[in-house]
This record gives sequence, C-alpha cells and structure tokens, in this order.
Amino acid sequence: MSDGEVDLGRRRMLTAATVVTAGVGAAALAAPFVLSFKPSARAKAVGAPVKVDISKLELGGMLRVEWRGKPVYIVRRSAQALDTLQKVTPELFDPDSDQSDQPEYAKNATRSRDPELLVLLGVCTHLGCAPEFRPQVGSPGAANELVGFLCACHGSMFDIAGRVFKSMPAAANLEVPRYRSIAGGWLLIGADGGVS
Amino acid sequence: MSDNPATVGGGRIERLGQWVDDRLGFSGFWKAHVSEYYAPKNFNIWYYFGSLALVVLVLQLVTGILLTMNYKPSAAEAFSSVEYIMRDVNWGWFIRYMHSTGASAFFVVIYLHMFRALLYGSYRKPRELLWIIGMFIYLVLMAEAFMGYLLPWGQMSYWGAQVIVSLFGAIPVIGEGLSEWIRGDYFISDITLNRFFAFHVIALPLVLLLLVVVHLGALHQVGSNNPDGIEIKKLKGSDGIPLDGIPFHPYYTVKDFFGTVVFFIIFFLVVFFAPEMGGMFLEHANFEPADRLKTPEHIAPVWYFTPFYAILRALPEKLMGVIAMGGAIGLLFALPWLDRSPVKSMRYRSVISKVMLGLFVISFLALGYLGLMPVTDFYTLLSRIFTGFYFLFLITMPWWSRMGSHKNEPERVTYASR
Repeated sequence: MSDGEVDLGRRRMLTAATVVTAGVGAAALAAPFVLSFKPSARAKAVGAPVKVDISKLELGGMLRVEWRGKPVYIVRRSAQALDTLQKVTPELFDPDSDQSDQPEYAKNATRSRDPELLVLLGVCTHLGCAPEFRPQVGSPGAANELVGFLCACHGSMFDIAGRVFKSMPAAANLEVPRYRSIAGGWLLIGADGGVS
Repeated sequence: MSDNPATVGGGRIERLGQWVDDRLGFSGFWKAHVSEYYAPKNFNIWYYFGSLALVVLVLQLVTGILLTMNYKPSAAEAFSSVEYIMRDVNWGWFIRYMHSTGASAFFVVIYLHMFRALLYGSYRKPRELLWIIGMFIYLVLMAEAFMGYLLPWGQMSYWGAQVIVSLFGAIPVIGEGLSEWIRGDYFISDITLNRFFAFHVIALPLVLLLLVVVHLGALHQVGSNNPDGIEIKKLKGSDGIPLDGIPFHPYYTVKDFFGTVVFFIIFFLVVFFAPEMGGMFLEHANFEPADRLKTPEHIAPVWYFTPFYAILRALPEKLMGVIAMGGAIGLLFALPWLDRSPVKSMRYRSVISKVMLGLFVISFLALGYLGLMPVTDFYTLLSRIFTGFYFLFLITMPWWSRMGSHKNEPERVTYASR
C-alpha cells in the first residue's frame, strides 16, 4: 500500500473495536443503574412478623392489621358464614386452592388452621386493592348476595374463605400468610415456626 | 443568512446585534422556523391546539418548579407539605391549582390535537414519524401525569399507583419482579414516592422537552398538513414559496396569541371557580392522606386515563385486560399504515369514514365515562361493546377506509378572505 492511501479495512476494524468497547462499558454502567431500582437492604429488612391481640374480635367481625406494608384481614366467621362455603363451591374458579398461595395448613375447605378464624392478605390478586368485607347478604343482585369480599376497584368477588368466583378480573384466591396462635389469645402474622 | 458585516450601518445596538448574530446564527434559525416558515393559509380552529400544548408545557414547568420549592417527597411529609402549600405559602394555592388544572388542560389540548390529526389525516405520508413522535409525547405525558398524581400522597394517589404498578405484575414470568423493581419496595412506599418525584420533576420533563423539539423539527421538515389534506408544497410560485403558504410570523403568531388569550380566560375560570371540577381534576378521596390498609369505596383514575381504564376492566381476565389496554394505545402508533383512504381529509372522505370516525369518538367518550363509574353488570356490558368498537375501528381500518366513494381533493386549499 502506498503512502497516503486510506486503509478502509483497518478503519473498519478500529471503528468496530471502539464500538464494542464502548458497548461493553455502557452495559457495565447500566447494570448498577438498573439494579439501584431494586428494593434496598432497608426495605428488605422491614419484614418482621407482627403480633395481634384477637381476644376481643367478636363473631362475624374483622380486624385489619398491617404486615410488611400490606393489610392483613383477620375474620372470626360465624357458623352461617361457614355454611356458605359449601354452597358456593360450584361457582368458584379454584375451589381447592390449587393455584393460589397459602401455607399447607390453610389448603383446606376453610382455608384456615381453625375453621372459625380466617387470616388473609387483604390484597386483591387482580391489581392489589384492598377488598371490602361483606359479612352478610344485602339486597338482591349478584354483588349484594355475596358473603365474603368484594374488590370495589374492578369488581372481583371472593367467598368468605377468600376464594375467587369464576369469570372475575382476579384469577387467583386471596393469599393466606403464614401465621400461628400464641399465648393469651394473640396471633402471630408472618411466621409459623415452621410447624404446620 | 446575514448581510455582509462590512456593509451594515446603523447604531451601536444594531452593530452589537450583528456581532452576536455572526457568532450565533440566530437570525437564520428565526427565518427558517418562524418568519419564513410557510404554513398553509387555511388553518382553522383545530390548529390552535399544537401551540396551546406548548403554552401549557411552559406553564407546567414554571408552576412545577415553584411547587418543588415547598413540597417534600417523603411519605411522612408529602400530604402535609401539599396542605402547607395550599394554606401557608404565599399564593401557594394559586400555583398548585394552576399546576393541577394545567395537567387536565394538557390532556384536553392533546386529545383535541390528536383528534385534529384523525380529522384531516395529518398522520398520513409524509407525516408518519411526526405522528409517532407525537404518540411518544403522549405516552411520556401519561407517565408524567401518573407519577405526578402520586405526589400529594392522598388515598387516590396511593391506590391509583397501587393498581397501575400492579398492572405490570400481569406480565408472565417477569411481571412480579418488574413491579417490585418499579416500586423499589414490596408495596407503594416512601421509596416509591421519592423515585416517582425524581421521574416527575427531572427525568420525564427532560424526555418530554427533547421529544417536543424533535416533534417540531419533524413538522418543519415535512411542513404542516391543513384541513384540505393537500400538500401546499406541490404548487409553488416563481419565488419558490408555496402559493397557499403564509409565513408563520406574523400570521400564525398573531393567531396563536389570540388562541392563547382565549385559552387562559377559560383556564383561569377553572382555576378560580372550579379547580377540583367536581372531583374530576382533583378527586375527593385525595383529600384524605394515604392509608395503605383501606382502599376507598370507589376508585377511578383521573378523567384522562378513564377510557383505557374502562378497557382494562371490560375484559374478564387480568393479562387480557392489560394486553387490551396496551393494544388500545399501541395500535394508534400504526395509524399511518392502517389508513388506506385515497384522500386524507374528512372533508373529502366517504360517508363510511365519517360515520366510523364519529362512532370512534363516541366510543372513546363513552369509555371515558364508564371508566369513572363503579362496576355493575350493565356498565361492564357497555364497556365491552365500546371496547369492541374501539378495536374494530382500528383493526378493520385498512378495509373500511377504502370503501365508499370519496370526493376529489381540490388543487388549491379552500380559503375565503374576509
């Protein structure tokens, strides 16, 4: 090659090498930027179980407590309420809770350790609203005849065990957190000591 | 660009101006984009909304900067700092109401601006990219409005954000991780508020400004469309100026100035007499601080999101709802290629096209209304019907836009001087 002539092959190689190096650098820089969006160590640490006094919770009543920033519903169900569970089974999307999140001890007909006591995450499995508690039948009409939970945001209905009905925006039963009863009529939410 | 500096006479001020211009080239820019930018002479009322969008953008930037000086982006203080602005900061209520009304005004103006494009085929060749850039502006604007709505940290702020961020959870496999990544926490928290603040006041406005510049650049590259939907550049005089073109300045600067004055009269009537617009601009539930244990009885987004929210609710399954909502916006990007009509403007298009556009507007408005209402069986049915038509309009456009008989476009724009 004579002097002053442009070596295009060499130029292309240098351009490609520069682009690749810069690309690797940009990717390496993007990683920490993107990862900085993930929950921080402090956000992760705030997840301790909470203790709740349920001794004063009356039959048919509901308590709302906060655990990990989410509402937890504790309901003491009456016998009539429990009777509705059988009746609505054919209308449910997942009556046996095969596709939903719950500890093994809550994967039963009442979705609870003690049939009377229901513990649920009050987070609609559709888009995360807190469903309304409907302890008894109101006036006629599909939503009014519901005994359970109605999510006002998008109209999902759940029975009194948090099981979703068919053809609802939500496609999973409400989640049951880990829990266990502790001395003095208290309940511990968020831990079960690993026992079932 | 400029005269030879040696021949320029005049006083010191003129010479200083010339000195600056020789180094900055501002006069060339002014000529190319303002004083010698030729726009069709037949613009009508629909052509106000582009310049009005720019006016509202500036208003939002100025009032927004003033608000950040007193607002505190933390879960503990956000709600009370907004109340502090409303009650104690001098003229704070005025600045805040201008900003909140400005958000709604922005969408009013943008929706009318987009309707103008549908009416006169402004997205058709050669303005496809202009339309797509505009759609990106619309998307960024929606993100900007959504994140801004979290900042007052009221009940509606909180639960609105909860619902919208959970939408990402519907995406298979990565969904849950993605919404966690957006929130930076396991629920909408102080961390989420702080980062939404950063997006709202810095990141998105910068993107928005950049896109607006690109949008205007693209507009000036291809030239404005007009109510007749014909290209004025086809017929030029011996001086190379389009026969039906008039310089943007002074003709349209004056027109837009007039439009701006009318806009501000209406805008300030709202700011002073109906800043909440009966719960449409500022929702009632948002005057209660965020409570993460209790969703308000009835939650609905602010009016400008409700058509898409109604589409989301119309579908029985979450993922389908999210896909439909995304599709409802996504399909609009393809509009330049969906429309196969032989003429651009509705003035000359077939009766079928006119009826379809009319029904589309009715569907969009109806969906907007339904998105505000609580869920009932009847409303769900109506939402499904209008959602169906919304998609029918877009998906079958390649066929119906060619059907029927159209009128021939005129050679020159329709214009009568008064």
